[in-house]
Amino acid sequence: MRRNVVTAILYTLVTTIIFGVAYPLLVTGAAQLLFKDKANGQLISENGTVVGSHLLGQSFTTPAYFHSRPSQAGSGYDAANSGGSNYAPTSQKLIDRMKTDVTAANTDHPGTEVPVDLVTASGSGLDPDITPAAAEYQVARVAKERHLSESAVHDLVAKHTQARQFGVLGEPRVNVLELNLDLDHAAPQGTMK
Amino acid sequence: MTANGWFQILLFFALVLVCAKPVGVYMARVFEREKTFLDVVFRPLERLIYKLTGVDETREMRWTEYAIAMLVFSLVTLVVTYAIERLQYFLPLNPQHLAGVPADLAWNTAVSFTTNTNWQAYTPETTMSYLTQMLTLAYHNFFSAAVGIALAVALVRGIARRESKTLGNFWVDTTRASLWVLLPACFVYALLLVSQGVVQNFRPYDQAKLIQPMTVTTTGADGKATTQTVTTQNIAQGPVASQEAIKMLGTNGGGFFNANSAHPFENPTPFSNLLEMFSIFVIPGGLTVMLGRMTKSPAHGWAVFAAMGALFFAGVLVAYYAEAQPNPLMHTAALHVDQHTTAAQPGGNMEGKEVRFGIANSALFATVTTDASCGAVNSMHDSYMPLGGLVPLVNIMLGEVIFGGVGAGLYGMLIFVVLAVFIAGLMVGRTPEYLGKKIESYDVKMAMLYTLIFPLSILGFSAVTLMMPNLGLSALANGGPHGLSEILYAFTSATGNNGSAFAGLSANTHWYNLSLGFAMLIGRFLMAIPVLAIAGNLARKKLVPPSPGTFPVHTPLFTILLIGTILIVGALTFFPALSLGPVLEHLLLHAGKAY
Repeated sequence: MRRNVVTAILYTLVTTIIFGVAYPLLVTGAAQLLFKDKANGQLISENGTVVGSHLLGQSFTTPAYFHSRPSQAGSGYDAANSGGSNYAPTSQKLIDRMKTDVTAANTDHPGTEVPVDLVTASGSGLDPDITPAAAEYQVARVAKERHLSESAVHDLVAKHTQARQFGVLGEPRVNVLELNLDLDHAAPQGTMK
Repeated sequence: MTANGWFQILLFFALVLVCAKPVGVYMARVFEREKTFLDVVFRPLERLIYKLTGVDETREMRWTEYAIAMLVFSLVTLVVTYAIERLQYFLPLNPQHLAGVPADLAWNTAVSFTTNTNWQAYTPETTMSYLTQMLTLAYHNFFSAAVGIALAVALVRGIARRESKTLGNFWVDTTRASLWVLLPACFVYALLLVSQGVVQNFRPYDQAKLIQPMTVTTTGADGKATTQTVTTQNIAQGPVASQEAIKMLGTNGGGFFNANSAHPFENPTPFSNLLEMFSIFVIPGGLTVMLGRMTKSPAHGWAVFAAMGALFFAGVLVAYYAEAQPNPLMHTAALHVDQHTTAAQPGGNMEGKEVRFGIANSALFATVTTDASCGAVNSMHDSYMPLGGLVPLVNIMLGEVIFGGVGAGLYGMLIFVVLAVFIAGLMVGRTPEYLGKKIESYDVKMAMLYTLIFPLSILGFSAVTLMMPNLGLSALANGGPHGLSEILYAFTSATGNNGSAFAGLSANTHWYNLSLGFAMLIGRFLMAIPVLAIAGNLARKKLVPPSPGTFPVHTPLFTILLIGTILIVGALTFFPALSLGPVLEHLLLHAGKAY
C-alpha cells in the first residue's frame, strides 16, 4: 500500500511534467510557428485598432447594418462569457423573447416571415454567422439605409457567403462582421444622410 | 432532413468504420508489448518514467492489486487538482488574476475531471487560470482516459487468458495508453485544429473596439434599470487546441470555454467539427477490434461493433428528425417565423445551435457525444425539442456502451455481453459460455452489481433532489416536465461520467456540487471494481472446448440479442422517469402548452 502511494505521487509528478507542461508548450510553439494568425484568434485590425475577430460575432442592431443573431453570452456577444439561453422549447421566456424580436423584424420587413436563425440565440452566443436566407431577408433594408442599389448589396452578400466546406460539410453561411465591415468600406457611415 | 445532412452522417460513420481496424490492431500491439513504429521515441521515455517512479514493468498484478493501484493513483491526482484550483491565485500563468476556486466547486471539479466526467458547474473563462486548465484539467483528460483504457485492457486480458492469476500491470498499461495512443495522436490533432482556427496561446484576453457600440440595460439589486453603453468586446484566449484535442480523443468533454465545442475558438469550422466527432469514436471503435484480436476471435469484435453501430444510427435518426421539425409553439403564438428547410437555411429548431453546424451536425454531435461518455456539446441540449433531448438522455442511460467512453465503453459493453450470453444460456438450458469460459454465478452477480449501481445512483439522487424545493428545485431554469428532465439529466450525466448537461440548471450550489460529485465517484469507481472482479475471475478459469450447445458470439443473432439486452435493461429501468420528463413534454408541446 505504502509503495503504491509513493509510486502514485512520483508518477503524478513525472507525468504532469510531460503531459501538463511539455505537451501544451510544444503544441503552442508549433502552432505559433506554423499558424501564427490562427493560433491567436484571427483578430481584425482597422487602422491599427483591433475591432474584432473573424471567428466571433458582434451585436449589430441599427438598421444600416446586417443584424446578427440574438445572443445570450453575458450581456450580448461577450467573448469572455460564452453561452446559450438554455430555454426549453416549451419555455414561455423563449416565446416572449422571440415575440419581441419577430415584432421588431416585422416592422422593418412587413409581410415576410423571419428566417428562424435571426430570432433564435446560438449555443455559444458568439455565432459569427447568419444563414444566406437571413442575409437575403435584410438586403432591401440595408440598401435603403445606405443609399445603395439592392444589387450592389446583393453582390456584397454573395461575396461574403461561404459555401459548405469542401462542398459538403456544414451549412452555407454569411459572416456578419466581415460583411458589415465591407459595407462600411463600400458606403461609409459618414456619407449617409 | 436533407440528403446532404444524411450524407454528412454517413461520411462520419464511414471514417470511424475504416479506421477501426488499423487503430485496433495498433492498440493490441501496444498492450501486448509487441514492436510498433513509435518505440524509437517512446520506449526510452517509458523506461525513464518507470525508473523515476520505481515501477517494476515485469511485475504482473492480481485484480485486487490492479484495483488498488488504480484507486490510489486516482486519489492522488484528485487531491493535487483540488489544491491547484484552490491556490491558483498565487500561482503563475494567471494573466486575468482569477481568484482561488471555492471549496465545493473545487471538489466537484476535481472529482469531475478525475472520473473522466468533465461536468462543469462553472464558466471556465471567468473561473480557471491557464495554469489550472493545462496542469490539472488537461492532465486529467489524458490520465482519466488512459486509466479507462487500462481497465478495458485488463478485462480483455481476463477473457483471453486461461488459468492465470494476474491481469497485467496497471502502471504499464496506463503509461502505454497515454504515451503510445493518446499523446502522439493529440499532437497531430491539436495542430490540425489550430489550422482550422482553434486558438493556442498564453495571451491575456484581447480587447476589440466594437464597430457598433451596444446599449445594455441591466436591472440592479435595487430593481432599478440602468443603461450602459458597451464599446469593447473582451476576447478570451488561451492554450485551447492542446486541451481540445485530448478533450475529444479521451472522451472527456470539458470545454476550455463555457460554450464548449459551440464556441468558435474551440470548434471554428465544419471540418474541425467532423474531426472532433470522429475523435470521440475512433478509439472506442478501435477497441472492439482490439478485443477481437486479443481474444483471437476477430468476428466477435465486429459483432460487438455492429451492435454499437445499429444503436448509433437509431439515436441519430430520432435526434435529427426531431430537431428538423418546427417548434409548434411558434405557430400557436402566431409568430411569423420561417422554420422551413431550404437551400438557404437549415430551418428547424435553431435555438442553441450554430449556423455553421445547422441541424444535421448538431444532432449528430449530440448523439455521438452521449453514445460515448464524452459530453462535449456543439449545441445546447437543454434547448432541444423534447424528443431530440430524449436521445442524449437515453444514450447515457443505456450505459454509454454505444462505442462509449475510451475503455469505459468497451468494459460496459462486455458486461452486457456477459448478461446476453447468460440469458442465451438460460433459454437453451445450458451453462453459458463466453469465448470458452464458463459464465458462473460470481460473474453474473458482479455483472448485475454493475448494472444496478448505475440506476440506483441516478434515480436515487434525482428523487432526493426533487423532494427538496430549496436545494433542488430552485436551481431549475425551465418549468413543467422539462424541469424534471434537467435534474434527471444532471444525475444521469454525472453517474454516467458523461459531463454534458441540460445546462439551464444552476448546478453551482453546495447541494449539486456535493451530490453530483458523489454520483460521479460512484459511476466511475464503484462500477470499475466489479469489472475488475469479473476480469480476475475469468482469467482464472480453464478453457472449455466448444460444444453443440455453445452460443456463438460472432453471429448476427448474437448482435441482435446483445442489442435486445441493452434496450430491455435500459428501457425497463428508466421508462417511468422518461415518461414523466421528455415524453410528457413532447405531448404537452404539441398541445400548445408553455411554462
